[in-house]
Amino acid sequence: MADHNSNNPKNTNEVSDPGRRSFVKNTGIAVGGVAGGALLGGLFSNRSKNDSNSNSTAGKGSDKEKRYEEARMYFTRLADFAILEQAVERIFPEDDNGPGAIELGVPYYIDKQLAGPYGSNVGDYRQGPFIGPKVAAADSSLDRGQIFINGLRAMDAESQKRFDTNFAKATEDQQIEIMTDFADDKVEVKGISSKGFFSLLRSTTLEGAYCDPLYGGNRDMKGWKMKEYPGAISSYAHMIEEDEFVKMDQVSLTDYQPK
Amino acid sequence: MVKTLDKVDAVIVGSGWAGGIAAAELTKKGYKVVGLERGKAQKREDFVGAKDELRYDVRKLMFQELHKETLTIRNTLDETATPNRSNDTNAINGTDTGGSGVHWNGMVYRWLPTDFEMHTKTVEKYGEKIIPKDMQLKDWGITYDELEKYYDQFEKTAGISGEPDPLRPGQRSDDYPTPPMKETDIIRTFTKAAKELGYHPYRIASANLSETYTNPDGETINGCVYCAFCESFGCDFGAKSDPIATVLATAYKSGNFELRNHAYAVRIVHENGKAVGIKYVDTETGEEFIQPADIVVVAGFTFTNTRLMLLSEIGKPYNPKDGTGVIGSHLTAHQRNLTHTRVRGFFDEKKFNRYAGAGALGVTMDDFNVEQLDHTKLDFLHGFCLRTSQRGDRPITNNHVPADVPSWGKEFKDKSIFYANRRIDVQQQNGALAWRENYMDLDPTYTDIFGDPLLRVTSRFHDQDRNIVRYAHQRGKELLEQMGADHITVPEITEETEFDKTSLSDHTGGGVVMGDDPETSAVNNYSQVWDMDNLFVVGASSFPLMGSSNPTGTVGALAYRAAEGMIKVLENGGGQLVQQGATAKA
Repeated sequence: MADHNSNNPKNTNEVSDPGRRSFVKNTGIAVGGVAGGALLGGLFSNRSKNDSNSNSTAGKGSDKEKRYEEARMYFTRLADFAILEQAVERIFPEDDNGPGAIELGVPYYIDKQLAGPYGSNVGDYRQGPFIGPKVAAADSSLDRGQIFINGLRAMDAESQKRFDTNFAKATEDQQIEIMTDFADDKVEVKGISSKGFFSLLRSTTLEGAYCDPLYGGNRDMKGWKMKEYPGAISSYAHMIEEDEFVKMDQVSLTDYQPK
Repeated sequence: MVKTLDKVDAVIVGSGWAGGIAAAELTKKGYKVVGLERGKAQKREDFVGAKDELRYDVRKLMFQELHKETLTIRNTLDETATPNRSNDTNAINGTDTGGSGVHWNGMVYRWLPTDFEMHTKTVEKYGEKIIPKDMQLKDWGITYDELEKYYDQFEKTAGISGEPDPLRPGQRSDDYPTPPMKETDIIRTFTKAAKELGYHPYRIASANLSETYTNPDGETINGCVYCAFCESFGCDFGAKSDPIATVLATAYKSGNFELRNHAYAVRIVHENGKAVGIKYVDTETGEEFIQPADIVVVAGFTFTNTRLMLLSEIGKPYNPKDGTGVIGSHLTAHQRNLTHTRVRGFFDEKKFNRYAGAGALGVTMDDFNVEQLDHTKLDFLHGFCLRTSQRGDRPITNNHVPADVPSWGKEFKDKSIFYANRRIDVQQQNGALAWRENYMDLDPTYTDIFGDPLLRVTSRFHDQDRNIVRYAHQRGKELLEQMGADHITVPEITEETEFDKTSLSDHTGGGVVMGDDPETSAVNNYSQVWDMDNLFVVGASSFPLMGSSNPTGTVGALAYRAAEGMIKVLENGGGQLVQQGATAKA
């Protein structure tokens, strides 16, 4: 989301948007419908710093520095992105170990991946005939970006059907119930099996949680910190023979690569 | 319009280990060599700072781009094959300068004497009746003893770090050129348990070198720093032996070598029973060329070699119905979902430094390999190695949890983090033997970007293939129990475990197989095509079976043997190097 308060000194170093998730949860449905740009801008520029919604995790990790790279590059509908946020958080939730997918930047990571060659399967063999439609992601005639759109909207439709509410607004248990059925291949998605979509959603969520932060996921290396994974360390020769576990500070490619 | 270029002494398709070794040996002798590499140019500098799991390991940057060409896959003759569309499903082939030899883990094994005489030795020991119906066992037309000096040559070129297998005394003419790599807690734990059970563990021979080494050609490879980025990566430190650092450097140094990148070989051109050259497309410009040469060397991956032979209509295509013909037969592989699987042990109280490591840093044992077993008491032939290696776990691709934990959600996250450094895997890797209906031919439906048919793989698993893995898993489980693992997960092998798009791996062989009889093999023991004596097809395509350990050492040895043959042919102006039938049943 663009931050409309970027000229406000108070907000320059405080762009954490704890309201995002609650906004999405509460008004996501409206966004897909009648809400216009002015409304969105107004809501986000006024989001409260003292929002105490305990469900809210978005932006917690970004309280040091403004993240200009966090705007949607692929998803055009905020409602689709809101479903994505909830779905990835169910796969990799915030817990005692540390941040969940939203705080790690996974939704924006996935958005960026889908906007690039990966999202349009540039490296893949795409000549027909395709065997579809109930297939794995790699065999679908849809590209990965289309798979996400169809899959996320199918999750939303399933939520409307079962719980009379949109997916982003459903309870965690309701969301988990729907996602479990997707994983078990029990739901119809156009052009792909629900299992195929879910599998792609799961793998990209883990990518976003643990990739080098240069991709917009693993924000502030918090995914690596939870896992005690050191990152781009030049050499382990000095400690490889140790019997005891050696804990190290994390190093990203930003620091590792020669400049 | 195809442009014919000036003739050279040799043209080589592929710049991996097989093509690189041929290039080095021929150019050292003063022959002019042109190499054709379909992928891009790369050198060591490209790998500096490449510690990026997403880009290299997950997105498979160093593997063949499938939009130009892929395989189609099916299980049985009456099915319609479908393409392997994405490297997400299965990345198999290397590409770019140096081929798969650049992004390998660097495990270097020697195959067993029995492997090279599988038919003879099996019949000698057990009689013909032990061979299951439709299994195809073959001798290679060369023995281990004859091949030993070429193994030694490859190990010395690559500077391999290792120690001898205690179960194979007298099989080495010399020590490994460099000592084993450092020992880790995981290696110590495995070794102790294996010895307690009476086994004979030894260190995996490694192309991640234990110390800086200069090879006989004068090329220097650095000592490994255990940075944990080997598999799928080029080495950041020039410390992994690869074709760029060794054989291609030697070829360039001679002044007799030119490597053309983005040069996609589409046909072996031949006239009157002689190879004339290679037709290729420059994929940057779309121009077509013929590179004429006195000898033609096809040294790509198994699939490239097989497909070029079929597209060029050289040799008789294999017919799985009556077992006649040769090209495309004896497809074998270490399959990802069967033949090299892992039994995982989880330790609640013990953390290992799993994030650190190197591709071939580990310990292995051959106590269940083919020569150690009495197959009359077992329901399979061949055998397997058990080993553990510490490659350095990277976080996206290593989220293993005990069997009863879900694959997503709260418990998954908690357990995948808890066990991230609390694990030892025992990998089994078994020999894979050929079956009558597992083969390769040209696909009737799907084509590549040039309009040529894709290579079609037909393959399914048999009872023998599943039985050996089930048996190996139990031995792996016993090892982990001895190590004190709290939870052990054993992959379930059922009748539903079937060959699919995830199965094939960089350990795939066959298609242009070696043997002592032109009726049942495509090349002789110099990798020289029986029917076309100035054509050499080099690489894992010549394997009539897949041994129970990593194949690169054997590819390297056969490539040195082949290079010797190429030089003889160039010196003599042609001719068959092996009298047909002369070595049969020798």
